[in-house]
Amino acid sequence: MSATAPTGSECKVQAINFSFSYAYGETKALHSLNLAIRPGSLLTIMGPTGSGKTTFLRALNRLNDRVAGTGHTGQLLLDGKDVYGQEVDVAELRRRVGMVFALPTPLPLSIYENVAYGPRKKGIRSRAKLDTIVEKALKTAVIFEEVKDRLHSSAQRLSGGQQQRLALARVLAVDPEVILLDEPTSGLDPLSTLRIEETLRQLRSDFTIVLVTHDPLQAARIKSDVAFFYLGELVEIGPATEIFTRPQDRRTEDYITGKFG
Amino acid sequence: MRNKEKLVEILLTLIGLSSVTVLGLIILFIFKEGLPAFAQVGLWQFVTGTRWSPGKNLLGILPMIAGSFVVTAGALVVGLPLGLGCAIYLSEFATAKTAAILKPTIELLAGIPSVVFGFIGLTLMVPFIRNFFGGPGFSVLASALVLGIMILPTMVSVSYDALRAVPPVYREGMLALGSTDWQAVKMVVLPAARPGILAAAILAMGRAIGETMAVIMVAGNSTIIPTSFLDPVRTLTSNIALEMGYATGLHRQALFATGVVLFVIISILNLTARVVVRGKTR
Repeated sequence: MSATAPTGSECKVQAINFSFSYAYGETKALHSLNLAIRPGSLLTIMGPTGSGKTTFLRALNRLNDRVAGTGHTGQLLLDGKDVYGQEVDVAELRRRVGMVFALPTPLPLSIYENVAYGPRKKGIRSRAKLDTIVEKALKTAVIFEEVKDRLHSSAQRLSGGQQQRLALARVLAVDPEVILLDEPTSGLDPLSTLRIEETLRQLRSDFTIVLVTHDPLQAARIKSDVAFFYLGELVEIGPATEIFTRPQDRRTEDYITGKFG
Repeated sequence: MRNKEKLVEILLTLIGLSSVTVLGLIILFIFKEGLPAFAQVGLWQFVTGTRWSPGKNLLGILPMIAGSFVVTAGALVVGLPLGLGCAIYLSEFATAKTAAILKPTIELLAGIPSVVFGFIGLTLMVPFIRNFFGGPGFSVLASALVLGIMILPTMVSVSYDALRAVPPVYREGMLALGSTDWQAVKMVVLPAARPGILAAAILAMGRAIGETMAVIMVAGNSTIIPTSFLDPVRTLTSNIALEMGYATGLHRQALFATGVVLFVIISILNLTARVVVRGKTR
Protein backbone atom coordinates (compact mmCIF):
# COMPACT_ATOMS: atom_id res chain seq x y z
CA MET A 1 0.00 0.00 0.00
CA SER A 2 2.85 2.37 0.79
CA ALA A 3 3.67 3.06 -2.84
CA THR A 4 0.32 4.67 -3.51
CA ALA A 5 -0.59 6.10 -0.19
CA PRO A 6 1.17 9.45 -0.14
CA THR A 7 -0.15 12.00 2.27
CA GLY A 8 -0.98 15.68 2.32
CA SER A 9 0.72 17.96 -0.16
CA GLU A 10 2.39 15.31 -2.30
CA CYS A 11 -0.93 14.14 -3.76
CA LYS A 12 -2.10 15.33 -7.15
CA VAL A 13 -5.50 13.77 -6.70
CA GLN A 14 -6.97 12.67 -3.42
CA ALA A 15 -10.39 11.31 -2.52
CA ILE A 16 -11.39 11.55 1.13
CA ASN A 17 -14.50 9.61 2.11
CA PHE A 18 -15.82 10.46 -1.32
CA SER A 19 -19.26 9.03 -2.12
CA PHE A 20 -21.25 9.62 -5.25
CA SER A 21 -24.86 8.85 -6.10
CA TYR A 22 -27.20 9.06 -9.08
CA ALA A 23 -30.97 9.41 -9.38
CA TYR A 24 -31.36 11.69 -6.36
CA GLY A 25 -29.61 9.29 -4.04
CA GLU A 26 -31.39 6.16 -5.30
CA THR A 27 -28.28 4.65 -6.86
CA LYS A 28 -25.05 4.76 -4.91
CA ALA A 29 -22.12 4.53 -7.30
CA LEU A 30 -19.17 5.15 -4.96
CA HIS A 31 -18.99 4.39 -1.24
CA SER A 32 -16.61 6.41 0.96
CA LEU A 33 -13.72 6.21 -1.43
CA ASN A 34 -10.26 6.94 -0.04
CA LEU A 35 -7.56 7.14 -2.64
CA ALA A 36 -4.46 9.16 -3.39
CA ILE A 37 -2.58 9.62 -6.63
CA ARG A 38 0.93 11.07 -6.78
CA PRO A 39 1.92 13.62 -9.38
CA GLY A 40 3.76 12.04 -12.31
CA SER A 41 2.28 8.61 -11.81
CA LEU A 42 -0.07 6.35 -13.68
CA LEU A 43 -2.93 4.65 -11.90
CA THR A 44 -4.90 1.94 -13.67
CA ILE A 45 -8.36 1.42 -12.26
CA MET A 46 -9.84 -1.94 -13.16
CA GLY A 47 -13.18 -3.40 -12.29
CA PRO A 48 -16.30 -4.93 -13.80
CA THR A 49 -19.26 -2.92 -15.11
CA GLY A 50 -20.97 -1.01 -12.33
CA SER A 51 -17.88 -0.87 -10.15
CA GLY A 52 -17.89 2.93 -10.08
CA LYS A 53 -14.62 3.37 -11.94
CA THR A 54 -16.07 5.57 -14.67
CA THR A 55 -18.07 7.53 -12.10
CA PHE A 56 -14.82 8.33 -10.34
CA LEU A 57 -13.24 9.61 -13.57
CA ARG A 58 -16.25 11.69 -14.49
CA ALA A 59 -16.35 13.20 -11.02
CA LEU A 60 -12.73 14.31 -11.41
CA ASN A 61 -13.51 16.58 -14.37
CA ARG A 62 -17.11 17.08 -13.26
CA LEU A 63 -18.65 15.70 -16.43
CA ASN A 64 -21.16 14.10 -14.07
CA ASP A 65 -22.59 17.58 -13.51
CA ARG A 66 -24.52 17.11 -16.72
CA VAL A 67 -26.57 14.29 -15.30
CA ALA A 68 -29.59 15.44 -13.32
CA GLY A 69 -29.95 14.16 -9.78
CA THR A 70 -26.34 13.41 -8.93
CA GLY A 71 -24.96 14.07 -5.49
CA HIS A 72 -21.76 13.58 -3.53
CA THR A 73 -20.39 13.66 -0.01
CA GLY A 74 -16.82 13.82 1.17
CA GLN A 75 -14.02 15.48 -0.72
CA LEU A 76 -12.33 15.04 -4.06
CA LEU A 77 -9.15 17.09 -4.14
CA LEU A 78 -6.99 18.26 -7.01
CA ASP A 79 -3.79 19.82 -5.70
CA GLY A 80 -5.44 19.96 -2.29
CA LYS A 81 -8.48 21.92 -3.52
CA ASP A 82 -11.94 20.38 -3.75
CA VAL A 83 -13.02 20.09 -7.40
CA TYR A 84 -16.59 20.61 -6.19
CA GLY A 85 -15.58 23.83 -4.40
CA GLN A 86 -17.68 26.97 -4.85
CA GLU A 87 -14.98 29.00 -6.63
CA VAL A 88 -14.07 26.29 -9.17
CA ASP A 89 -14.44 27.30 -12.83
CA VAL A 90 -15.59 24.05 -14.43
CA ALA A 91 -14.26 24.89 -17.92
CA GLU A 92 -10.88 25.71 -16.39
CA LEU A 93 -10.95 22.49 -14.36
CA ARG A 94 -11.62 20.49 -17.52
CA ARG A 95 -8.66 22.10 -19.24
CA ARG A 96 -6.47 21.03 -16.32
CA VAL A 97 -8.01 17.55 -16.28
CA GLY A 98 -8.16 16.23 -19.84
CA MET A 99 -10.16 13.18 -20.83
CA VAL A 100 -10.00 10.56 -23.56
CA PHE A 101 -13.18 8.55 -24.14
CA ALA A 102 -13.87 4.99 -25.22
CA LEU A 103 -15.29 6.22 -28.50
CA PRO A 104 -12.96 8.60 -30.32
CA THR A 105 -14.89 11.64 -31.50
CA PRO A 106 -12.85 13.84 -33.80
CA LEU A 107 -14.43 17.21 -34.52
CA PRO A 108 -15.66 17.59 -38.10
CA LEU A 109 -12.50 19.53 -38.89
CA SER A 110 -9.02 18.84 -40.22
CA ILE A 111 -6.47 16.94 -38.16
CA TYR A 112 -4.60 20.17 -37.49
CA GLU A 113 -7.71 22.07 -36.41
CA ASN A 114 -8.75 19.23 -34.10
CA VAL A 115 -5.55 19.60 -32.12
CA ALA A 116 -5.44 23.39 -32.39
CA TYR A 117 -9.01 23.75 -31.11
CA GLY A 118 -8.14 23.58 -27.40
CA PRO A 119 -5.18 26.00 -27.56
CA ARG A 120 -7.28 28.42 -29.62
CA LYS A 121 -9.93 28.31 -26.90
CA LYS A 122 -7.23 29.28 -24.43
CA GLY A 123 -6.59 32.38 -26.53
CA ILE A 124 -3.49 31.37 -28.45
CA ARG A 125 -3.72 33.06 -31.85
CA SER A 126 -0.18 33.09 -33.25
CA ARG A 127 0.10 30.66 -36.14
CA ALA A 128 3.70 29.79 -35.38
CA LYS A 129 2.87 29.04 -31.76
CA LEU A 130 -0.09 26.88 -32.76
CA ASP A 131 2.07 25.01 -35.28
CA THR A 132 4.54 24.20 -32.54
CA ILE A 133 1.88 23.07 -30.09
CA VAL A 134 0.10 20.91 -32.66
CA GLU A 135 3.31 19.23 -33.80
CA LYS A 136 4.46 18.58 -30.25
CA ALA A 137 1.09 17.15 -29.21
CA LEU A 138 0.91 14.89 -32.26
CA LYS A 139 4.46 13.71 -31.65
CA THR A 140 3.79 12.99 -27.98
CA ALA A 141 0.69 11.01 -28.90
CA VAL A 142 2.86 9.08 -31.40
CA ILE A 143 0.75 9.85 -34.42
CA PHE A 144 2.72 12.67 -36.05
CA GLU A 145 4.67 10.45 -38.45
CA GLU A 146 1.44 8.94 -39.79
CA VAL A 147 -0.38 12.19 -40.42
CA LYS A 148 2.29 14.83 -41.02
CA ASP A 149 1.61 14.92 -44.77
CA ARG A 150 -2.15 15.35 -44.41
CA LEU A 151 -2.56 17.63 -41.45
CA HIS A 152 -5.21 19.59 -43.29
CA SER A 153 -7.39 16.71 -44.42
CA SER A 154 -10.43 15.58 -42.44
CA ALA A 155 -9.78 13.89 -39.12
CA GLN A 156 -12.82 11.70 -39.62
CA ARG A 157 -11.05 9.72 -42.32
CA LEU A 158 -8.45 8.39 -39.88
CA SER A 159 -8.64 4.80 -38.63
CA GLY A 160 -10.07 4.07 -35.16
CA GLY A 161 -6.64 3.69 -33.58
CA GLN A 162 -5.40 6.88 -35.20
CA GLN A 163 -8.51 8.76 -34.11
CA GLN A 164 -7.91 7.65 -30.54
CA ARG A 165 -4.31 8.86 -30.61
CA LEU A 166 -5.56 12.09 -32.17
CA ALA A 167 -7.99 12.41 -29.25
CA LEU A 168 -5.02 12.04 -26.92
CA ALA A 169 -3.10 14.68 -28.89
CA ARG A 170 -6.11 16.98 -28.63
CA VAL A 171 -6.04 16.62 -24.87
CA LEU A 172 -2.25 17.04 -24.69
CA ALA A 173 -2.42 20.26 -26.72
CA VAL A 174 -4.34 21.93 -23.89
CA ASP A 175 -1.38 21.08 -21.64
CA PRO A 176 -3.36 19.36 -18.89
CA GLU A 177 -1.99 18.31 -15.52
CA VAL A 178 -4.10 15.18 -15.24
CA ILE A 179 -5.19 12.93 -18.09
CA LEU A 180 -8.17 10.64 -17.63
CA LEU A 181 -8.70 7.75 -20.01
CA ASP A 182 -12.00 5.91 -19.96
CA GLU A 183 -11.45 2.50 -21.56
CA PRO A 184 -9.57 4.18 -24.43
CA THR A 185 -8.80 0.91 -26.19
CA SER A 186 -12.16 -0.85 -25.90
CA GLY A 187 -12.99 -0.21 -29.56
CA LEU A 188 -9.53 -0.84 -30.95
CA ASP A 189 -7.72 -3.78 -32.49
CA PRO A 190 -4.90 -5.41 -30.48
CA LEU A 191 -2.14 -3.63 -32.40
CA SER A 192 -3.62 -0.16 -31.88
CA THR A 193 -4.21 -1.08 -28.25
CA LEU A 194 -0.53 -1.87 -27.76
CA ARG A 195 0.45 1.43 -29.36
CA ILE A 196 -1.81 3.39 -27.02
CA GLU A 197 -0.44 1.51 -24.02
CA GLU A 198 3.10 2.20 -25.19
CA THR A 199 2.26 5.89 -25.53
CA LEU A 200 0.84 5.98 -22.02
CA ARG A 201 3.98 4.42 -20.57
CA GLN A 202 6.02 7.17 -22.22
CA LEU A 203 3.73 9.91 -20.93
CA ARG A 204 3.48 8.76 -17.32
CA SER A 205 6.38 10.79 -15.94
CA ASP A 206 5.17 14.12 -17.34
CA PHE A 207 1.54 13.89 -16.31
CA THR A 208 -0.68 12.31 -13.75
CA ILE A 209 -2.61 9.67 -15.62
CA VAL A 210 -5.70 7.77 -14.55
CA LEU A 211 -6.65 4.90 -16.84
CA VAL A 212 -9.89 3.03 -16.46
CA THR A 213 -10.19 -0.44 -17.95
CA HIS A 214 -12.35 -3.50 -17.50
CA ASP A 215 -9.52 -5.65 -18.76
CA PRO A 216 -7.18 -6.97 -16.02
CA LEU A 217 -4.70 -8.00 -18.71
CA GLN A 218 -4.35 -4.39 -19.78
CA ALA A 219 -3.64 -3.38 -16.20
CA ALA A 220 -1.03 -6.12 -16.02
CA ARG A 221 0.59 -5.05 -19.29
CA ILE A 222 0.90 -1.43 -18.28
CA LYS A 223 2.61 -2.39 -15.02
CA SER A 224 1.55 0.73 -13.19
CA ASP A 225 -0.13 1.08 -9.85
CA VAL A 226 -3.43 -0.71 -9.99
CA ALA A 227 -6.66 -0.09 -8.12
CA PHE A 228 -9.45 -2.63 -8.12
CA PHE A 229 -12.97 -1.23 -7.81
CA TYR A 230 -15.92 -3.46 -7.09
CA LEU A 231 -19.55 -2.37 -6.56
CA GLY A 232 -18.53 1.18 -5.75
CA GLU A 233 -15.78 0.27 -3.35
CA LEU A 234 -12.03 0.41 -3.61
CA VAL A 235 -11.11 -3.18 -2.81
CA GLU A 236 -7.37 -3.00 -3.21
CA ILE A 237 -4.67 -0.69 -4.49
CA GLY A 238 -0.98 -1.28 -5.07
CA PRO A 239 1.75 -1.84 -7.66
CA ALA A 240 0.75 -4.20 -10.48
CA THR A 241 3.41 -6.70 -9.44
CA GLU A 242 1.83 -6.97 -5.99
CA ILE A 243 -1.80 -7.03 -7.11
CA PHE A 244 -1.25 -9.63 -9.77
CA THR A 245 1.04 -11.93 -7.83
CA ARG A 246 -0.19 -11.56 -4.24
CA PRO A 247 -3.71 -10.10 -4.17
CA GLN A 248 -4.77 -9.41 -0.59
CA ASP A 249 -8.47 -9.70 -1.20
CA ARG A 250 -10.37 -12.73 -2.40
CA ARG A 251 -12.47 -10.58 -4.78
CA THR A 252 -9.36 -9.20 -6.47
CA GLU A 253 -8.07 -12.68 -6.99
CA ASP A 254 -11.36 -13.83 -8.45
CA TYR A 255 -11.43 -10.88 -10.82
CA ILE A 256 -7.91 -11.23 -12.17
CA THR A 257 -8.29 -14.94 -12.60
CA GLY A 258 -11.44 -14.33 -14.60
CA LYS A 259 -13.96 -15.83 -12.19
CA PHE A 260 -16.28 -12.86 -12.74
CA GLY A 261 -16.47 -9.55 -14.62
CA MET B 1 -50.37 -23.94 -38.93
CA ARG B 2 -48.21 -23.63 -41.99
CA ASN B 3 -51.17 -22.58 -44.09
CA LYS B 4 -52.26 -20.00 -41.57
CA GLU B 5 -48.76 -18.48 -41.60
CA LYS B 6 -48.90 -18.26 -45.38
CA LEU B 7 -52.34 -16.69 -45.29
CA VAL B 8 -51.28 -13.97 -42.86
CA GLU B 9 -48.25 -13.24 -44.98
CA ILE B 10 -50.35 -12.82 -48.12
CA LEU B 11 -52.88 -10.70 -46.27
CA LEU B 12 -50.22 -8.37 -44.89
CA THR B 13 -48.58 -8.09 -48.31
CA LEU B 14 -51.91 -7.07 -49.78
CA ILE B 15 -52.48 -4.48 -47.05
CA GLY B 16 -48.95 -3.18 -47.59
CA LEU B 17 -49.51 -2.89 -51.31
CA SER B 18 -52.90 -1.24 -50.94
CA SER B 19 -51.44 2.10 -49.84
CA VAL B 20 -49.13 2.11 -52.83
CA THR B 21 -52.05 1.17 -55.05
CA VAL B 22 -54.10 4.07 -53.73
CA LEU B 23 -51.22 6.43 -54.48
CA GLY B 24 -50.96 4.97 -57.97
CA LEU B 25 -54.69 5.43 -58.59
CA ILE B 26 -54.58 9.04 -57.39
CA ILE B 27 -51.71 9.84 -59.72
CA LEU B 28 -53.46 8.07 -62.58
CA PHE B 29 -56.66 9.98 -61.91
CA ILE B 30 -55.25 13.49 -61.73
CA PHE B 31 -53.11 12.90 -64.79
CA LYS B 32 -56.07 11.50 -66.72
CA GLU B 33 -58.26 14.45 -65.77
CA GLY B 34 -55.53 17.06 -66.18
CA LEU B 35 -53.69 16.02 -69.32
CA PRO B 36 -56.43 17.16 -71.76
CA ALA B 37 -55.91 20.72 -70.47
CA PHE B 38 -52.22 20.52 -71.29
CA ALA B 39 -53.10 19.29 -74.74
CA GLN B 40 -55.54 22.08 -75.34
CA VAL B 41 -53.74 25.05 -73.76
CA GLY B 42 -50.22 23.79 -74.42
CA LEU B 43 -47.92 22.77 -71.59
CA TRP B 44 -45.59 25.72 -71.93
CA GLN B 45 -48.45 28.17 -72.28
CA PHE B 46 -50.09 26.68 -69.18
CA VAL B 47 -47.12 26.93 -66.82
CA THR B 48 -45.74 30.25 -68.06
CA GLY B 49 -48.99 32.08 -68.79
CA THR B 50 -49.49 35.00 -66.43
CA ARG B 51 -53.25 35.44 -66.87
CA TRP B 52 -55.74 33.17 -65.15
CA SER B 53 -59.20 34.00 -66.38
CA PRO B 54 -61.18 30.82 -67.00
CA GLY B 55 -64.18 32.76 -68.34
CA LYS B 56 -62.07 34.03 -71.23
CA ASN B 57 -60.24 30.71 -71.58
CA LEU B 58 -57.01 32.35 -70.39
CA LEU B 59 -55.40 29.58 -68.39
CA GLY B 60 -51.88 30.46 -67.20
CA ILE B 61 -50.82 29.40 -63.73
CA LEU B 62 -47.46 31.18 -63.39
CA PRO B 63 -48.87 33.54 -60.70
CA MET B 64 -49.89 30.54 -58.63
CA ILE B 65 -46.58 28.75 -59.11
CA ALA B 66 -44.81 31.94 -58.04
CA GLY B 67 -47.27 32.29 -55.17
CA SER B 68 -46.65 28.79 -53.86
CA PHE B 69 -42.90 29.27 -54.02
CA VAL B 70 -42.86 32.65 -52.35
CA VAL B 71 -45.27 31.66 -49.58
CA THR B 72 -43.39 28.41 -48.87
CA ALA B 73 -40.05 30.21 -48.83
CA GLY B 74 -41.49 32.81 -46.47
CA ALA B 75 -42.87 30.11 -44.18
CA LEU B 76 -39.44 28.46 -44.06
CA VAL B 77 -37.75 31.78 -43.26
CA VAL B 78 -40.12 32.14 -40.31
CA GLY B 79 -40.39 28.51 -39.21
CA LEU B 80 -36.91 27.01 -39.69
CA PRO B 81 -34.91 29.25 -37.35
CA LEU B 82 -37.70 29.25 -34.78
CA GLY B 83 -38.15 25.48 -34.96
CA LEU B 84 -34.46 24.67 -34.94
CA GLY B 85 -33.79 27.08 -32.10
CA CYS B 86 -36.58 25.50 -30.13
CA ALA B 87 -35.27 21.99 -30.82
CA ILE B 88 -31.75 22.99 -29.76
CA TYR B 89 -33.09 24.49 -26.55
CA LEU B 90 -35.18 21.40 -25.75
CA SER B 91 -32.45 18.92 -26.54
CA GLU B 92 -29.35 20.70 -25.23
CA PHE B 93 -30.27 23.26 -22.62
CA ALA B 94 -33.66 22.55 -21.10
CA THR B 95 -33.84 20.35 -18.01
CA ALA B 96 -35.56 17.01 -18.48
CA LYS B 97 -38.61 18.37 -16.67
CA THR B 98 -38.95 21.48 -18.84
CA ALA B 99 -38.52 19.43 -22.00
CA ALA B 100 -41.14 16.95 -20.83
CA ILE B 101 -43.65 19.80 -20.58
CA LEU B 102 -42.62 21.87 -23.61
CA LYS B 103 -42.26 19.18 -26.22
CA PRO B 104 -45.81 17.75 -26.00
CA THR B 105 -47.10 21.32 -25.92
CA ILE B 106 -45.39 22.14 -29.19
CA GLU B 107 -46.60 18.88 -30.69
CA LEU B 108 -50.11 19.89 -29.71
CA LEU B 109 -49.79 22.68 -32.30
CA ALA B 110 -49.96 19.95 -34.96
CA GLY B 111 -53.37 18.93 -33.70
CA ILE B 112 -54.97 22.34 -34.18
CA PRO B 113 -57.11 22.30 -37.36
CA SER B 114 -55.70 24.48 -40.11
CA VAL B 115 -58.92 26.45 -40.35
CA VAL B 116 -58.28 27.66 -36.81
CA PHE B 117 -54.83 28.87 -37.79
CA GLY B 118 -56.44 30.62 -40.74
CA PHE B 119 -59.05 32.17 -38.50
CA ILE B 120 -56.45 33.56 -36.11
CA GLY B 121 -54.46 34.87 -39.06
CA LEU B 122 -57.59 36.47 -40.48
CA THR B 123 -58.70 38.18 -37.29
CA LEU B 124 -55.29 39.13 -35.85
CA MET B 125 -52.51 39.19 -38.42
CA VAL B 126 -54.34 40.54 -41.44
CA PRO B 127 -55.63 43.69 -39.65
CA PHE B 128 -52.27 44.11 -37.93
CA ILE B 129 -50.39 44.03 -41.24
CA ARG B 130 -52.94 46.36 -42.87
CA ASN B 131 -52.60 48.89 -40.06
CA PHE B 132 -48.88 48.82 -39.54
CA PHE B 133 -47.40 48.02 -42.95
CA GLY B 134 -50.19 49.08 -45.32
CA GLY B 135 -51.68 47.18 -48.23
CA PRO B 136 -54.77 45.03 -47.96
CA GLY B 137 -53.36 42.92 -45.13
CA PHE B 138 -54.22 39.75 -47.04
CA SER B 139 -50.69 39.10 -48.19
CA VAL B 140 -47.61 36.96 -48.70
CA LEU B 141 -46.48 38.12 -45.27
CA ALA B 142 -49.65 36.97 -43.52
CA SER B 143 -49.50 33.57 -45.25
CA ALA B 144 -45.81 33.14 -44.43
CA LEU B 145 -46.40 33.94 -40.77
CA VAL B 146 -49.35 31.57 -40.41
CA LEU B 147 -47.56 28.77 -42.28
CA GLY B 148 -44.34 29.42 -40.39
CA ILE B 149 -46.15 28.66 -37.15
CA MET B 150 -47.94 25.67 -38.63
CA ILE B 151 -44.68 23.98 -39.63
CA LEU B 152 -43.16 24.43 -36.16
CA PRO B 153 -44.25 21.09 -34.68
CA THR B 154 -42.79 19.16 -37.63
CA MET B 155 -39.59 21.17 -37.55
CA VAL B 156 -39.18 20.92 -33.79
CA SER B 157 -39.92 17.26 -33.26
CA VAL B 158 -37.96 15.90 -36.22
CA SER B 159 -34.87 18.02 -35.56
CA TYR B 160 -35.17 17.33 -31.82
CA ASP B 161 -34.99 13.61 -32.55
CA ALA B 162 -31.98 14.20 -34.78
CA LEU B 163 -30.19 16.15 -32.05
CA ARG B 164 -31.02 13.53 -29.42
CA ALA B 165 -29.62 10.84 -31.69
CA VAL B 166 -26.15 12.42 -31.52
CA PRO B 167 -24.20 10.26 -29.05
CA PRO B 168 -23.61 12.08 -25.72
CA VAL B 169 -19.91 11.34 -25.99
CA TYR B 170 -19.70 13.87 -28.85
CA ARG B 171 -20.76 16.65 -26.51
CA GLU B 172 -18.66 15.34 -23.66
CA GLY B 173 -15.56 15.24 -25.83
CA MET B 174 -15.94 18.98 -26.33
CA LEU B 175 -16.88 19.75 -22.74
CA ALA B 176 -13.89 17.76 -21.54
CA LEU B 177 -11.71 20.18 -23.51
CA GLY B 178 -13.18 23.07 -21.54
CA SER B 179 -15.79 24.13 -24.10
CA THR B 180 -19.10 25.67 -23.15
CA ASP B 181 -22.37 23.92 -23.97
CA TRP B 182 -23.03 26.23 -26.90
CA GLN B 183 -19.57 25.68 -28.37
CA ALA B 184 -20.14 21.93 -28.18
CA VAL B 185 -23.49 22.30 -29.93
CA LYS B 186 -22.10 24.53 -32.65
CA MET B 187 -18.93 22.56 -33.32
CA VAL B 188 -20.07 18.97 -32.99
CA VAL B 189 -23.75 18.38 -32.32
CA LEU B 190 -25.23 20.46 -35.15
CA PRO B 191 -22.85 19.11 -37.81
CA ALA B 192 -23.54 15.56 -36.64
CA ALA B 193 -27.31 16.11 -36.70
CA ARG B 194 -27.33 17.90 -40.05
CA PRO B 195 -28.96 15.11 -42.11
CA GLY B 196 -31.82 14.86 -39.63
CA ILE B 197 -32.27 18.61 -39.50
CA LEU B 198 -32.38 18.68 -43.29
CA ALA B 199 -35.02 15.98 -43.24
CA ALA B 200 -37.00 18.11 -40.79
CA ALA B 201 -36.76 21.07 -43.16
CA ILE B 202 -37.97 18.92 -46.07
CA LEU B 203 -41.00 17.67 -44.16
CA ALA B 204 -41.76 21.21 -43.03
CA MET B 205 -41.50 22.43 -46.60
CA GLY B 206 -43.87 19.71 -47.77
CA ARG B 207 -46.34 20.76 -45.11
CA ALA B 208 -46.08 24.41 -46.11
CA ILE B 209 -46.46 23.91 -49.84
CA GLY B 210 -49.44 21.59 -49.40
CA GLU B 211 -51.39 23.64 -46.86
CA THR B 212 -54.56 25.05 -48.35
CA MET B 213 -57.24 26.20 -45.94
CA ALA B 214 -55.23 28.49 -43.69
CA VAL B 215 -53.60 30.10 -46.71
CA ILE B 216 -56.88 30.75 -48.50
CA MET B 217 -58.11 32.64 -45.47
CA VAL B 218 -55.19 35.07 -45.21
CA ALA B 219 -53.58 35.24 -48.66
CA GLY B 220 -56.09 37.40 -50.55
CA ASN B 221 -56.03 34.95 -53.47
CA SER B 222 -55.74 37.38 -56.36
CA THR B 223 -54.21 35.84 -59.47
CA ILE B 224 -51.32 38.22 -59.96
CA ILE B 225 -47.62 37.61 -59.42
CA PRO B 226 -46.82 39.30 -56.08
CA THR B 227 -44.13 41.96 -56.23
CA SER B 228 -44.01 42.77 -52.53
CA PHE B 229 -44.55 40.96 -49.25
CA LEU B 230 -47.67 43.01 -48.74
CA ASP B 231 -49.29 41.94 -52.02
CA PRO B 232 -52.08 39.39 -52.00
CA VAL B 233 -51.16 36.02 -53.44
CA ARG B 234 -52.76 32.79 -54.61
CA THR B 235 -51.08 29.41 -54.27
CA LEU B 236 -51.53 26.31 -56.45
CA THR B 237 -53.50 24.51 -53.76
CA SER B 238 -55.75 27.51 -53.15
CA ASN B 239 -56.42 27.76 -56.87
CA ILE B 240 -57.81 24.25 -56.93
CA ALA B 241 -59.77 24.54 -53.70
CA LEU B 242 -61.34 27.89 -54.56
CA GLU B 243 -62.66 27.01 -58.01
CA MET B 244 -63.22 23.26 -58.07
CA GLY B 245 -66.73 23.69 -56.67
CA TYR B 246 -68.15 25.30 -59.82
CA ALA B 247 -65.65 24.53 -62.58
CA THR B 248 -66.71 22.58 -65.66
CA GLY B 249 -65.17 21.49 -68.94
CA LEU B 250 -61.77 22.92 -69.80
CA HIS B 251 -61.71 24.99 -66.61
CA ARG B 252 -62.16 21.84 -64.54
CA GLN B 253 -59.44 20.05 -66.49
CA ALA B 254 -57.15 23.02 -65.97
CA LEU B 255 -57.61 22.71 -62.21
CA PHE B 256 -56.62 19.06 -62.37
CA ALA B 257 -53.65 20.16 -64.47
CA THR B 258 -52.77 22.57 -61.65
CA GLY B 259 -52.76 19.52 -59.40
CA VAL B 260 -50.43 17.73 -61.80
CA VAL B 261 -48.02 20.68 -61.73
CA LEU B 262 -48.15 20.78 -57.93
CA PHE B 263 -47.52 17.04 -57.79
CA VAL B 264 -44.51 17.33 -60.08
CA ILE B 265 -43.07 20.27 -58.13
CA ILE B 266 -43.42 18.47 -54.80
CA SER B 267 -41.88 15.31 -56.24
CA ILE B 268 -38.91 17.23 -57.58
CA LEU B 269 -38.40 19.05 -54.28
CA ASN B 270 -38.65 15.81 -52.32
CA LEU B 271 -36.29 14.00 -54.61
CA THR B 272 -33.67 16.75 -54.55
CA ALA B 273 -33.92 16.98 -50.80
CA ARG B 274 -33.54 13.22 -50.43
CA VAL B 275 -30.46 13.24 -52.62
CA VAL B 276 -29.02 16.11 -50.57
CA VAL B 277 -29.69 14.31 -47.29
CA ARG B 278 -28.22 11.06 -48.54
CA GLY B 279 -25.19 12.95 -49.81
CA LYS B 280 -24.63 14.44 -46.36
CA THR B 281 -25.10 11.15 -44.54
CA ARG B 282 -22.97 8.98 -46.82
